[in-house]
Amino acid sequence: MAFLEISGLRKRFGALEILKGIDLTLDKGGFLVLVGPSGCGKSTLLNTIAGLESISSGDIRIDGHTINDLHPSKRDIAMVFQSYALYPNMSVAQNIAFGMEMRGVPKPQRDKAVADVAKTLKIEHLLSRRPSQLSGGQRQRVAMGRALVRQPRVFLFDEPLSNLDAKLRVDMRVEIKRLHQQTGATIVYVTHDQIEAMTLATRIAVLKDGELQQVGTPNEIYNAPANLFVADFMGSPAMNLLEGRVARANGATKVVLERKDHEPIVIAAPPCADPSKLAEGGKVIFGIRPEAVNDRESIDRNAKSVATFNANVEIVEPAGSDTFVVTHIAGKEVTARMRADADVRVGESHAFAFNLDKAVLFDPQTTRRI
Amino acid sequence: MSAADLVVSAPVREPARHSATTRFVIYGLLVVFALIYIVPLVVMVMTSLKPLDEVTGGNMFALPHHPTFDPWVQAWGEARIGVSETAGIKGYFWNSIKMVVPAVFISTLLGALNGYVLTKWRFPGHKLVFGMMLFACFIPFQSVIIPMAVILGELGAFGNRLIDLTGMSFGFGNPTVNLVIVHVIYGLGFTTLFFRNYYEVFPTELIKAAMIDGAGFFQIFRRILLPNSAPIFIVTVIYQFTNIWNDFLFGSTFAAGDQSPMTVALNNLVNTSTGIVEYNVNMAAAIIAAAPTLLVYIVAGRYFVRGLMAGAVKG
Repeated sequence: MAFLEISGLRKRFGALEILKGIDLTLDKGGFLVLVGPSGCGKSTLLNTIAGLESISSGDIRIDGHTINDLHPSKRDIAMVFQSYALYPNMSVAQNIAFGMEMRGVPKPQRDKAVADVAKTLKIEHLLSRRPSQLSGGQRQRVAMGRALVRQPRVFLFDEPLSNLDAKLRVDMRVEIKRLHQQTGATIVYVTHDQIEAMTLATRIAVLKDGELQQVGTPNEIYNAPANLFVADFMGSPAMNLLEGRVARANGATKVVLERKDHEPIVIAAPPCADPSKLAEGGKVIFGIRPEAVNDRESIDRNAKSVATFNANVEIVEPAGSDTFVVTHIAGKEVTARMRADADVRVGESHAFAFNLDKAVLFDPQTTRRI
Repeated sequence: MSAADLVVSAPVREPARHSATTRFVIYGLLVVFALIYIVPLVVMVMTSLKPLDEVTGGNMFALPHHPTFDPWVQAWGEARIGVSETAGIKGYFWNSIKMVVPAVFISTLLGALNGYVLTKWRFPGHKLVFGMMLFACFIPFQSVIIPMAVILGELGAFGNRLIDLTGMSFGFGNPTVNLVIVHVIYGLGFTTLFFRNYYEVFPTELIKAAMIDGAGFFQIFRRILLPNSAPIFIVTVIYQFTNIWNDFLFGSTFAAGDQSPMTVALNNLVNTSTGIVEYNVNMAAAIIAAAPTLLVYIVAGRYFVRGLMAGAVKG
């Protein structure tokens, strides 16, 4: 049985349904990231787990116990808020100890717990300061300290890094990951940043309009997106999505990408697609990540199936570690992630290659992966 | 003619001379208005320090020739107030203090509690409740005097019954207690408005964090909200203190004789229709009557503007 179980969870505000039947499970020690665009219901979902929002129907269980109607303080959870929510009138030590004070833990025990947590987070020198005297990163640590000191069964993080600047965000991300590995805590984490989701999660749940789109490991979500929304949302730059048509030649299934003023590109159907679901002449959407589009000579040598074609280079974006090359196929932009020293020039025709092992097909009607 | 010639060049400013003139006008006006505001107080202080013959015989703006504190001593402890047996205004001064302190304290605390509930523990119909409380701010006080008198009469009757039963009235029917009740009820609209607006922008995540930490309704109020409400507390206290201290209508209606507050006593002293009008004593009494509110402004005035502006600008 999973440690955290959510089944058939619905949340309505009047006639508006924010969560439309969520089913999720998380094992003990897992790191679940809820990701999705603004207004998809991910924060509401987190708040219902915390008990800060009531639920309309469904069940939330931690370790087999239903916690639907328990007060937030009785659920044995700890939450880190986006704004940190440190009490401005209390020192750092008082902030961390407040929960224990409310539960009536004796003072010597509180002091010891605060000292232990401060040591873990390297904030011993800040304990007597007020939150207003701390930098953003320090506040973030104190907020995590307040959560850690409870030793809760589940940690909840509500976009904890979105108020930090870019560099600090990366540092804190590593810090959170290290904390997770050290403590083996069970964590539910909300973010709209798909890179945070990919790097931190053991499981990702992608939400849109209050519905789960896909739940899986970061690898599954990235390489085998369940539908067009997940494919487009995860990954930066986004997955290239091209319209194509199914054709059969010599018993093999092919996908034809039509081009204006050019020969159409005919490629073998990607190995992951189920050929029985591809009707001849049917329309499909061909999806391929930028890193699976490359030079003919630098394409992955282990790739079993490769398609090559020539196209005009429109934009070259050197990003230091890689160079992003933008071209056009079938009226759609296609971005390729190439080596930093790739020899490409704007306006010239270049030989590209698709690594079809990494490509996916979608049904344009249902938007689901085939 | 080139295009550049067509562009009218901006006049070159002479910042130093320009701002000197402006500054002269601004400071000149400020000084004039400051004088206009200060003159009555100066005349009052000067008159209160003159013997009576100097007041009646001399120029209002003349400095006292023989300064004396006798009028102050008389006003405080000797002057006859209306037909009362009590000498001086000191008894009434304490009446006012006994009324103002609990009334300000209770109305401010209840306002804070109301503001807390109306912003952080919203219930269906919270807007309607707040709207109705706001309404209390705009009710002319004259219109509630008779219903209020009826209610206070009932409370007085209840007090008499308590005396019959237990020998004590527990404050029911006491004029000072009555005035505290009236001022708390009519202050509540304003104090609620102040605190609601302040707590409206108070981060709700702090309340949520405290809930998860296990703090209850009153613990959150006492430990999280109140310690962070200093600016609005000062605003509300100043506002309530000034209003209640200066109230004449309720004071003259619901308290009588020796139980009257300061404002009523001052009126009785000044409006005497027998004997000579002792302007110097009247002035001293008036200054004593105004002193507490002046003091409150001087001590806490700078927080007043700060508190009123709190939440107006983010940051």
